[in-house]
Amino acid sequence: MIVEKTHTAQLLIEKISSSAGKVNFINDTALTKALFFLEEKGIPTNKHEDYKYCNVDAILKKEFKNISQQFSEVKTISEYKLEDTITIVVVNGNYSEELSDKIILKGLHISAFNNADSETKQMIASIANVESDSFIALNTAFSGNGFHLQVQKNTALQIPIHILYINSVSAESIINTRNIIELQEGADATIIEHQINLSNAKAFTNFVSEKFLATNAKLECYTIQDEKENGYAVVTNQVKVSKHANYNNTTITLSGQLVRNNHNVVLADSNCEAHLNGLFKTNGTQLVDNHTLMDHQMPHCESNELYKGIIDDKSTGVFNGKIYVRKDAQKTNAYQSSKNILLSDDATINTKPQLEIYADDVKCSHGTSTGKIEEEAMFYLHARGIGKESAKKLLLNAFAGEVIDKIKIESLKNLVEQKLNLI
Amino acid sequence: MITIKNLNASIDGKEILRGINLEVKAGEVHAIMGPNGSGKSTLSSVLAGREDYEITQGEVTFNGKELLEMSAEDRAREGLFLAFQYPVEIPGVSNINFLKTAINEIRAYHGKEEMPAKDFLALVKEKQKLVELDGKLTGRSVNEGFSGGEKKRNEIFQMAMLEPKLAILDETDSGLDIDALRIVASGVNKLKTKENAYIVITHYQRLLEHIVPDFVHILYKGKIVKSGGKELALELEEKGYDEIKKQFELVD
Repeated sequence: MIVEKTHTAQLLIEKISSSAGKVNFINDTALTKALFFLEEKGIPTNKHEDYKYCNVDAILKKEFKNISQQFSEVKTISEYKLEDTITIVVVNGNYSEELSDKIILKGLHISAFNNADSETKQMIASIANVESDSFIALNTAFSGNGFHLQVQKNTALQIPIHILYINSVSAESIINTRNIIELQEGADATIIEHQINLSNAKAFTNFVSEKFLATNAKLECYTIQDEKENGYAVVTNQVKVSKHANYNNTTITLSGQLVRNNHNVVLADSNCEAHLNGLFKTNGTQLVDNHTLMDHQMPHCESNELYKGIIDDKSTGVFNGKIYVRKDAQKTNAYQSSKNILLSDDATINTKPQLEIYADDVKCSHGTSTGKIEEEAMFYLHARGIGKESAKKLLLNAFAGEVIDKIKIESLKNLVEQKLNLI
Repeated sequence: MITIKNLNASIDGKEILRGINLEVKAGEVHAIMGPNGSGKSTLSSVLAGREDYEITQGEVTFNGKELLEMSAEDRAREGLFLAFQYPVEIPGVSNINFLKTAINEIRAYHGKEEMPAKDFLALVKEKQKLVELDGKLTGRSVNEGFSGGEKKRNEIFQMAMLEPKLAILDETDSGLDIDALRIVASGVNKLKTKENAYIVITHYQRLLEHIVPDFVHILYKGKIVKSGGKELALELEEKGYDEIKKQFELVD
């Protein structure tokens, strides 16, 4: 039994180990635990409650039979730059100082993991628990040379930081991308994390980001996922929000054969806020799975979630939103909403709110709606001379608009609208 | 303008329209009155192209073209307009974007270029005044959060923008207070020309005091059972629908 269970994991370890760089920035304890956990638990199948609709084990077995870790070079990134932003580039999991903008901004510090000082080393794998999830374990064991981005105390960055994670592989490969985003006390920053896949073979990205928001920090964060039809990704964001801090994330999934997002937010002290928004559009046989966790640990905190999906053809969408209100988290306000449009009879959405409340003075609510495009609205538009395609476009844009309007950077908003191309 | 011959329509196997004959010429206003369930709204839906109904018999020619063979959007592009009894709320689609799309799709159908933004906005301003519609409402989502009266005025505003040849007003008076009724009626009267025509569907006579019809037809059990001049509406108001029901129950 055990042999079968860990088969995929062992195979992965074997394939990756030979070509993986030396991970000297992760402490030995975490590394050992990670490998041990991975061997014991393996890659989750649909028997695992959290991966019920997202059988990564089966996908890896089917689509990644010949992992050979062959990476291509990326020479230029100019076409992916966004105006009025600072560009940071990571290629196949490794921070590229060469392709990144040379920046000297007071209060902003970026360093590669392989140059990590002891402080950084202590932060790595400190909130993303290697024993909580196999993908965190896998990443921890074989992490690429990521970076630590630090916004120092009371620094308000005026320019958004655009992080390009570019994958380019020439044969089936697995990429473990990792970073630390640290906002010190009173820091304020806007970050765009943009995943782009340029591979001409199947690429599996296993991404882990640990985000630390100290007291009074504010992080406005955008995750743009453009994995293409040969891209598979499991993306874990582990976020710790401290007192009076404010975390915002809007995740837009533009493409990808498989995209699984694990967005875990710990509201670790009183009076802090977290807002998660998501929008995805799928077709073909794509699978996009958004799993969120809002862990309310202390009183007077607020969380909001709005996830929307447009699901076509035989594709599948999943939303699982867990809200955990612990015993001490009195006066919690937590809201969650999942809305979906199915454009075909073969499209599927699995949506599940999961509320676990151990405090008695809280306001928590969740709502979910799934439907087709409203026929009454369609007829109304037709009755005014608007044809089928335009009517559909108007209605889908209106549906998506609620999330797209959360994007406060004009150039990014335009990019998303253009890439979504809602017809 | 429009000729309806022996129109029969049913929904879910239930016959609603059972042989409607009607001819409306340019410059005319026709009122169609009738008790609840007589088929008034079905007639407007069938003419506008709602797909829920099955046309079992009959034909409709609209300015020389077979209306029933056209899609709903093509009917609108050919100049047919339905003012909805229950205008639909469309959150996230602004009135302006909605109207701009409508106007430009209609223009494209007739081989015309898009209307320049400047002209479009000037047109919006001009037509808003006609139905005393608050400028703020046009910036909002289509009918979202509008009061009953605002929704009906918005219908007439859209009509003013699209300048149809034939407008069907489906119980536009329902849910309107007397002031709103006057505004809506005066808007319609200002839009009336020798080239266009109106079919006013209503349960009550009061709208017809403001929009004076040339012809009044009484619809009952899916048929036009009586036609006359505007005095027929008054007669109906006086005697009520019971008289009609009695008279035509036997025939049926």
